[in-house]
Amino acid sequence: MKRNINILESIDWLTIGIYLLLVIFGWINIFAVGYNDQFKNIFDLKYNYGTQLIWILASFALIFIIFILDHKVFPFFSYLLYGLSILMLVAVFLFGTEVHGAKSWFRIAGFSIQPSEFAKIGTSLALAKYLSGYNITKFTFKTFAVCSAIIGMPFFLILIQPDPGTAMVFIVFLLVLYREGLPGWILLMAAFISGLFLFSLLIDIPNIVTGLIVLALIAHYAINRRFRVFLISVLICAAIFMAAFYANQYFKLGYQKGLVVIVALTVSGLICLILALRYKIRHVLLTLTLLYGFIAIPYSVDFVFHRVLKPHQQKRVNILLGKELDPKGYGYNVNQSKIAIGSGGFSGKGFLEGTQTKFNFVPEQSTDFIFCTVGEEWGFIGTSLVILLFTGLLIRIVFIAERQRTRYVRIYAYLVVSVLFIHFAINTAMTIGLFPVIGIPLPFFSYGGSSMMAFSILLFILMRLDAVRMVYL
Amino acid sequence: MDQFKERKYSVGIIVLAVALILLVRLFYLQVIDTSYKLSAENNSKRIDFEYPARGLIYDRNNALLVYNQPSYDLMIAPYELKPFDSLELCNILKISPQRLREGIRNSYQKRRDPFVRQLSPETYAVLQEKLYKFPGFYVKARTLRKYEDEIAAHLLGYVGEVDDANIASDPYYSLGDYIGISGIEKSYEKYLRGEKGQSVYLVDVHSRIMGAYQGGRFDRNARVGQNIICTIDAGLQKYGEKLMKNYKGSVVGIEPSTGEVLVLISSPDYNPSLLIGRQRTVNYILLQQDTLEPLFNRPLMANYPPGSTFKTVNGLIALQEKVITPDTKFYCDLGYYYGRIKVACHDHQSPLNFPQAVQNSCNAYFCNVFRNIIEDSKFNSVTEAYNNWRNHVLSFGFGNRLNSDFTNELPGFIAPSSYYDKYYGKNGWKFLTIISLAIGQGELLITPLQMANMTAIIANHGYYYTPHVVKEIQGQNSIDRRFTEKRFTTIDSAVFDPVIEGMDLAVNGGAGSTAYWARLKDIIICGKTGTAENPHGEDHSLFIAFAPRENPQIALSVVVENAGFGSSYAAPIASLLIEKYLTDTVKRTWMEKRILETNLLNKR
Ligand SMILES: [Zn+2]
Repeated sequence: MKRNINILESIDWLTIGIYLLLVIFGWINIFAVGYNDQFKNIFDLKYNYGTQLIWILASFALIFIIFILDHKVFPFFSYLLYGLSILMLVAVFLFGTEVHGAKSWFRIAGFSIQPSEFAKIGTSLALAKYLSGYNITKFTFKTFAVCSAIIGMPFFLILIQPDPGTAMVFIVFLLVLYREGLPGWILLMAAFISGLFLFSLLIDIPNIVTGLIVLALIAHYAINRRFRVFLISVLICAAIFMAAFYANQYFKLGYQKGLVVIVALTVSGLICLILALRYKIRHVLLTLTLLYGFIAIPYSVDFVFHRVLKPHQQKRVNILLGKELDPKGYGYNVNQSKIAIGSGGFSGKGFLEGTQTKFNFVPEQSTDFIFCTVGEEWGFIGTSLVILLFTGLLIRIVFIAERQRTRYVRIYAYLVVSVLFIHFAINTAMTIGLFPVIGIPLPFFSYGGSSMMAFSILLFILMRLDAVRMVYL
Repeated sequence: MDQFKERKYSVGIIVLAVALILLVRLFYLQVIDTSYKLSAENNSKRIDFEYPARGLIYDRNNALLVYNQPSYDLMIAPYELKPFDSLELCNILKISPQRLREGIRNSYQKRRDPFVRQLSPETYAVLQEKLYKFPGFYVKARTLRKYEDEIAAHLLGYVGEVDDANIASDPYYSLGDYIGISGIEKSYEKYLRGEKGQSVYLVDVHSRIMGAYQGGRFDRNARVGQNIICTIDAGLQKYGEKLMKNYKGSVVGIEPSTGEVLVLISSPDYNPSLLIGRQRTVNYILLQQDTLEPLFNRPLMANYPPGSTFKTVNGLIALQEKVITPDTKFYCDLGYYYGRIKVACHDHQSPLNFPQAVQNSCNAYFCNVFRNIIEDSKFNSVTEAYNNWRNHVLSFGFGNRLNSDFTNELPGFIAPSSYYDKYYGKNGWKFLTIISLAIGQGELLITPLQMANMTAIIANHGYYYTPHVVKEIQGQNSIDRRFTEKRFTTIDSAVFDPVIEGMDLAVNGGAGSTAYWARLKDIIICGKTGTAENPHGEDHSLFIAFAPRENPQIALSVVVENAGFGSSYAAPIASLLIEKYLTDTVKRTWMEKRILETNLLNKR
């Protein structure tokens, strides 16, 4: 009995307050999207607002269960829950229902469940469990490899659904590894690779390769500061590339542009290597390895995209990335989204007064683009409120993380921060044209049972663990 | 113990930095950049117009002249399209698959542009049966003009789609609207068009209607166009057009007591049905290329020297200025001689008094009259006398637009004294320089409308009502006030009798009557012949007349181009029209036959 009273006293009510504000405001906006003349009551299951209300109540029930459970079950069952997540992902790949070209859903009794949303919880728990293990005191290559494997498995399984947007979210876990000692450059590298990954789907490969070579040459100069050698390498690369292209054209060899690039790269790379060894240039091997490694990424992405994915799956990815959207052409969705948000002005058009979001000008308006309704109906006041609430929540969780006395909870808290942050940042950024459109939901806001429940569980496991921070040893 | 504790700040800074970027971007998007508000409006607002039927046009006896026929435009609602048998649709519409593809593609951009305009009734009948097979295609009803008798094309004018200039100058119009382009259709557009109805809807992304915009605050019902009763006598107009069929020229008839235009003929003209709807553009170009210039609106736009018809005006001015009396006689010896100048005349008895001079159209007499006007000792100079003469002339409505309700009326030309100053130097010109004005030639250009108005003035003894073509507008208490105001000339009414007497004699006198062709049993027609010199070929035949002499009902000007002396064609045509108008039947079939069987169209 005494312990229960302690829990209520030590629960972080501030976080819960912000959570409730977000959930309520989110539901109000989903209601605004769905509201029309036929409105009967808010539980009308024909409309999104009705079902969302069910999901919210279900989430509250789950939260209650989390608080009833002993706090020790979470660390104890971490790996088990992770294993279950992986199993679900495999199962959905085999038996899932295909929606819009992606096998991401289980359909059970009229409800859809998206295992990839729940996999974030399992992965977080497993990572926290592993990183807080007694044997891990220093961040070694082995630690990194194991972590990569824990993250990589769900990442890969979600990627092949294919749902690259959701998969990319998993890369954000590296942020936690950074907090726990992962060298900064790996974080930068990861960010760089993620960017490359994304650009590979958006931009032609030769352009990316050219960009990478330029970057490598600049890096090469930055490391060595030897202008003459730098100039020679630039000239050699340029000469070999031109020769390769010219030969291909002149002798009518008819090789593909990509292949010519590869040949030119190999030749110029070898010559540069020989030169570098002669002139004792530092780090050239590393630069070259990285360069070729990076260049391999767009090619492999391209290979997977064109050879592994089926046409309808390719279409799905293209739609997610905004390359293929609507008969109206590229950029339509983002433009409509910007119009909706922009037309809200400073104080918005008022509750239920939005025209852009209500009348389907904005795609996916209650799920991925729910932020548009906030922008249109509540204006800058509404959008900045949402930004501030999320920022407050994230900073608060960082604060919570740092007050923990166990590494397990601290790491887990950072994982929660990472997941919420990446969703919040990418989702809002894509609605205002700052980021490519990848379909990931805005936590606590977007319509959808899986994401609503998964984010609630994710957050409230932390709340549960934090509530016993004084007794937990 | 925790060597990486400082890294919590990095995490915090990343979160705050991203939040700041988002806030700045949102502030720019929502508060600074206002262009998105407009885009949102355009996105979600749709105006559906309801086009009212244009007002009908009746003649003065309430005979229907112009009414409406239904017309159907085929529209595309691109977001409602579903797969359909495109070949079948192409066959019904008689278009190529290529055209269909283009139409569908264009429909995404221009939601209100018709895909096929004005379906033919046959096509519409077939299509209507099968429209259910082509979701996304729908038919929008409009109206086109239709003519009961295909007459008075110039007078009635035609209707066409608005152009950019129309839209720019009047916010009422929007793309695809119809507007009167000429004639009554243009000058009374405001009444005839009625008022478009509009429903402003909120639409979703598929152009589906989601409800009324702002609770229907901007919705309006269409108001049908107002009917118009015009002043034309359809029977007379039709008969006149028949008579003029083989001649180039014009006929203008005015009711002197009101200024109402009874008949207005430009010949050759065209069938008004040619300029309806879809085929208008094609036909218009064909008409434009016609060497007979059927589109040229002669009564309002052709400028002729009035010839001998103008002797009436000079006579009136001389009588008003008292430089002659009706009994003043001048000799004529086959012309007027002054130094080396000779103005020829024909053989007639001599000397003549004023009415007889009008009857005989004596050139010598009117040269003397004009000399008395210009060399009037009342005035200090020729210029002063000329200006005085010119003021009298202008008071007849010459030299300026009459300001009728015709839109393309031309002013004609009465030379100001400065015109002669320029050519001959100040005081470098005298009576002899401008002697041709005496007989209505020279620097004198008058439109047939002005000529008819002049005749009406004579019939009225000195005043006129601005000629107009509309008698009554449905729903309006009266027509424009400028048409109901008496406009007086500078000539006293008492002065007119000798001129009218002369014109009576010209038609009904014995020997020497220049217009005996116009004579009509039982009705006294007063007329005056004229010949407009034509430097390009045969002279134009002119005739003015009003009848009956007492209480005149109609005043006419008739111009027959390249027909030579005025009495040969213009006078009988005028006479037949008067007979038709006043007695309703033409008994002189022999005269009618002669006019109908001659063809001067290709004469130069
Ligand atoms: Zn004579």
